[in-house]
Amino acid sequence: MDLSLLKRRTELEWVIEPRGKMRVPGLLFASEPLVRAMDHKVFEQVTNVATLPGIRAASMAMPDAHWGYGFAVGGVAAFDPDEGVVSAGGVGFDISCGVRCLRTRLTRADVEPKKKDLADALFRAIPAGVGSRGRIRLSSEEMDRMLRGGARWAVEKGWGERGDLERIEEGGQMRDAQPEAVSDRARARMRDEVGTLGSGNHYLEVQEVAEVHDTAAAEAFGLGVGDVVISIHCGSRGFGHQIGTEALREMLDAGRKHGIDLPDRELACAPVRSKEGEHYLGAMRSAINVALANRQVLTHLTREAVGSVLPQSDLTLLYDVSHNTCKVETHTVEGKPHEVYVHRKGATRAWGPGHPGLPDRLRPVGQPVLIGGTMGTSSWVLAGTEAGMRASFGSACHGAGRAMSRHQALKQWNGKQVVAELESRGILVRSPSLRGVAEEAPGAYKDVTEVVLATEKAGLARRVAKLVPVVTIKG
Amino acid sequence: MPSPPAFETFAHDADIGVRGRGSTLGEAFANAGRALTAVVTDPASVREVLSVEIACEAADPELLLFDWLNGLVFEMATRRVLFARYEVKVEGARLRARAFGEPVEVARHHPAVEVKGATWTGMRVAREGGVWIAECVVDV
Repeated sequence: MDLSLLKRRTELEWVIEPRGKMRVPGLLFASEPLVRAMDHKVFEQVTNVATLPGIRAASMAMPDAHWGYGFAVGGVAAFDPDEGVVSAGGVGFDISCGVRCLRTRLTRADVEPKKKDLADALFRAIPAGVGSRGRIRLSSEEMDRMLRGGARWAVEKGWGERGDLERIEEGGQMRDAQPEAVSDRARARMRDEVGTLGSGNHYLEVQEVAEVHDTAAAEAFGLGVGDVVISIHCGSRGFGHQIGTEALREMLDAGRKHGIDLPDRELACAPVRSKEGEHYLGAMRSAINVALANRQVLTHLTREAVGSVLPQSDLTLLYDVSHNTCKVETHTVEGKPHEVYVHRKGATRAWGPGHPGLPDRLRPVGQPVLIGGTMGTSSWVLAGTEAGMRASFGSACHGAGRAMSRHQALKQWNGKQVVAELESRGILVRSPSLRGVAEEAPGAYKDVTEVVLATEKAGLARRVAKLVPVVTIKG
Repeated sequence: MPSPPAFETFAHDADIGVRGRGSTLGEAFANAGRALTAVVTDPASVREVLSVEIACEAADPELLLFDWLNGLVFEMATRRVLFARYEVKVEGARLRARAFGEPVEVARHHPAVEVKGATWTGMRVAREGGVWIAECVVDV
């Protein structure tokens, strides 16, 4: 990105001054090297989002922002309930895609001698990759219960423990989901995909806590150096994709009908208070519940698989975050509490200490913010901050972001080599697709640590612990 | 100069684009479908053991391409199949097609990634020098 287009407000804050139809400024949180590396499209997309009706404060981009669909991936924008809009491009295709992290009560020393057995057991237990099916078949009544109930439904069905729920955003159940707003085609895509990992950048990873940066927060999170945790990255599967696809089509007409002047067809949106807006919100919230239920069922399968190899394990949920959502939250806007529709697309909610929405044990330190890395590098656990609540509607980065296309990655690496190279470094990879492994090679991604450091320096979240991979199950 | 390929994928940041060419709109759409398969696997590795009928309708050719590709994504996902070849007829706003393929076989197809859906990014249906081109970016 051309730095001359931006006004540097602080070391980590870059402003796009309002011009033309922009209603608010653009605001990028990133280090200078990260801003330089960003595509010019990110500038255009942040600028375009700033023109949408009812946007509050600023159109924002997180340090890992890259060219996305309509909104940049890493985009955050909050809209007024009465004057604002809701946009499918502001949520993304994989609705409520997210990360959950489980503590295991195991150390690296416990896992190391059983690593291969553990990798094989997890690969057998977790349906992964294109064409995989889950073990659960849902009747249409049961589907409705899942769409309304989310992870709470899954726990009631026996896939999980009561204690899991308070460690999930929304207590595991997104309110105001409307199964009646969900099409038959979306239902058809989910009928046998509950409890599947998916493909692409989705994974399940056994990780070791390699570094602790904030002892008090790490203690509250139950993390210590040498501990083993398990992270699961996936979303609402075909269900969310179908709802996203249908919304892109329907919102094209809705925007026109409501007289919304769009700089780009990809920004198609509908007023929050409109039939189309409410329809999308009802379906999107159902998809959030699908993602929460899916990660909950995968947690159950993980517990069974890990228990079969390491019976002394005890898997408890640290936290579950979603990084593709639109949620109604109260934030301070122009000095007053204000209800807003916060779109986070490839951005993680990062509530600061004291937030009433956090469980008791976590409230003093802030929300765990789970940042996925790549197979060969690292992932991070951060904690939300008060400064982030003021600066970014309580939002932070979500991952590394690709540094090169799948095309380039495929030319540069071959799956077998990637697996062998990682194995020589003690990381076991299990995947149904070697081509998929090549496309997701660690070198195809940006350095997640650079993104995390920028996030911390910008005050959006603070580092708690660094995780390094031990076993990766790749979809 | 060699003629451009009938179908191809192209790089687009984190996602990927599909492009089909043909002497008719239907042929270009059929080839865009082959490019969609190429996102997942090598289309030459897919046998023709089953067929699926697909129909959609949209007055705007770009909307029609959007619906056609998303129709294929839906069939691939719900039937767990991959398609090798397509016969597509476009008459006015109506598209009727038959897609030929087989169930996904992981050991043979090494499917790399699921396609989530077609998007409006890079969406273009045009006739250039007597050749129809149909292309857009798909979300993966």
